[in-house]
Amino acid sequence: MRITCPHCGERDVGEFAYYGDATKHRPDGSSELAAFIEYVYPRDNPAGPHRELWYHVGGCRGWLVVNRDTRSHEIFGVETAHDRRAEGARNAVAANP
Amino acid sequence: MRYSAFSILSQALKGNTGWKPVWREPEPKAEYDVVIVGGGGHGLSTAYYLAKNHGLTNVAVVERGYIGSGNIGRNTTIIRSNYGEHGNIPFYEWSLKLWEGLEQDINYNAMVSQRGVLNLYHSDAQRDAAARRGNTMRMHGVDAELLDVEEVRKLVPNLNFDNARFPIYGGLFQPRGGTVRHDAVAWGYARAADTRGVDILQHCEVTGIRVENGHALGVETAKGFIKAKKIGLACAGRSSQVAAMAGLRLPIESHVLQAFVSEGVKPLIDTVITFGAGHFYISQSDKGGLVFGGNIDGYNSYAQRGNLPVIEEVMEEAVAMFPSIGRLRVLRHWGGLMDMSMDGSPIIDKTPIDNLYLNCGWCIGGFKATPASGWCFAHLIAQDASHEAAAAMRLDRFATGRLINESGTGAQPNLH
Repeated sequence: MRITCPHCGERDVGEFAYYGDATKHRPDGSSELAAFIEYVYPRDNPAGPHRELWYHVGGCRGWLVVNRDTRSHEIFGVETAHDRRAEGARNAVAANP
Repeated sequence: MRYSAFSILSQALKGNTGWKPVWREPEPKAEYDVVIVGGGGHGLSTAYYLAKNHGLTNVAVVERGYIGSGNIGRNTTIIRSNYGEHGNIPFYEWSLKLWEGLEQDINYNAMVSQRGVLNLYHSDAQRDAAARRGNTMRMHGVDAELLDVEEVRKLVPNLNFDNARFPIYGGLFQPRGGTVRHDAVAWGYARAADTRGVDILQHCEVTGIRVENGHALGVETAKGFIKAKKIGLACAGRSSQVAAMAGLRLPIESHVLQAFVSEGVKPLIDTVITFGAGHFYISQSDKGGLVFGGNIDGYNSYAQRGNLPVIEEVMEEAVAMFPSIGRLRVLRHWGGLMDMSMDGSPIIDKTPIDNLYLNCGWCIGGFKATPASGWCFAHLIAQDASHEAAAAMRLDRFATGRLINESGTGAQPNLH
């Protein structure tokens, strides 16, 4: 498996550390306990496309969001976590102007 | 037919013409008292103990593939009970006790071999940790011996004791641990369950679980709807997918674990050895092949195959520990799907849905648990109450904070 880092280009998976499901978002500190339990423990764990966080520890040390098929390991796209966060913030503003 | 020395001799005289298939291939009935989803080791042992311990024989095991096609045929065959958490030790020790009597119980040669499991340590701190684990085991009545380097040298003389980075200081030894012929476990339990009336339905994929008003009513399968008074899920590796059919989300990620077999060589390793400076374990099969493995690959996967970085790591650890096997060739390697739970320990519990029971989250250690998993899951299904050995393996422990965090790595499955 090879991951194309937006900063460094195509690299061997051994350069990257895996963090997991990228659709999880840490709740606000004032949230109910149930929101934190939901954040920490359950997973959708899909057999198919999966958005996930990888850390390019052997390269630029950037955090990446990789869209990958868990059945075949085929990678559909890679973006930086920074871009995802900016997109999330824009969506939040659009939903709650 | 009951297997014995006499049956082998009499068959030999008849030219081995009298052997029968060891289980039936029935068509599904319309309704069962219990349907077990998943015909792996745990599902088959559950069905067997439902029949034997609880008198429930109107039971079906539904399996998507064929018996032995999943993780029961993909593991590295090791049995042991050298755990360190209260919620785990009595369970795995009960499992080891069941292994010790299994072959007589199911009248099947599973080649249970108590050749010992040796966990090496490589520093003073690791020796302290090994002593603590060994003492914890002994307080629970489990056998454990702390060996110094000379005792390890007597046991396994060909290890690399003076590795500059990871010298071997000694090991924690569990003499009653060992290996079992894994395929024979599946076949033996299948035969024993079938003999007691359990229907084993192969090539019968479950495509849905019918739930109405919070009650599970049965399973939709490739061979039609099967009504069930109770349904037990024992499909580790795919638990999230199957549980999702009933609307459940589990604290589980599926990961791939690779394993390896070398070409056959003369007797070299007569115990099971784990490397303490990494994650590596090795034993030798009775055919002579070295059977070994290491860490999971570390990312979500349903592919049943892994990638090269873990293979490289495993080979490095193999030759660091056993320089003499450096020229051996790997004969084959493969991957299996692991239900990685969020605290590294399994779940045997009821679900929020009536009549639906859950057995999952076995992480990288499901094989050794096969007998006790079936024993305790059968108890749960039949009695509607947890067996005492599995009482801590609850689904709600993640919300209540009563985790069984054996490795102390938290909710990060690729670190377990």
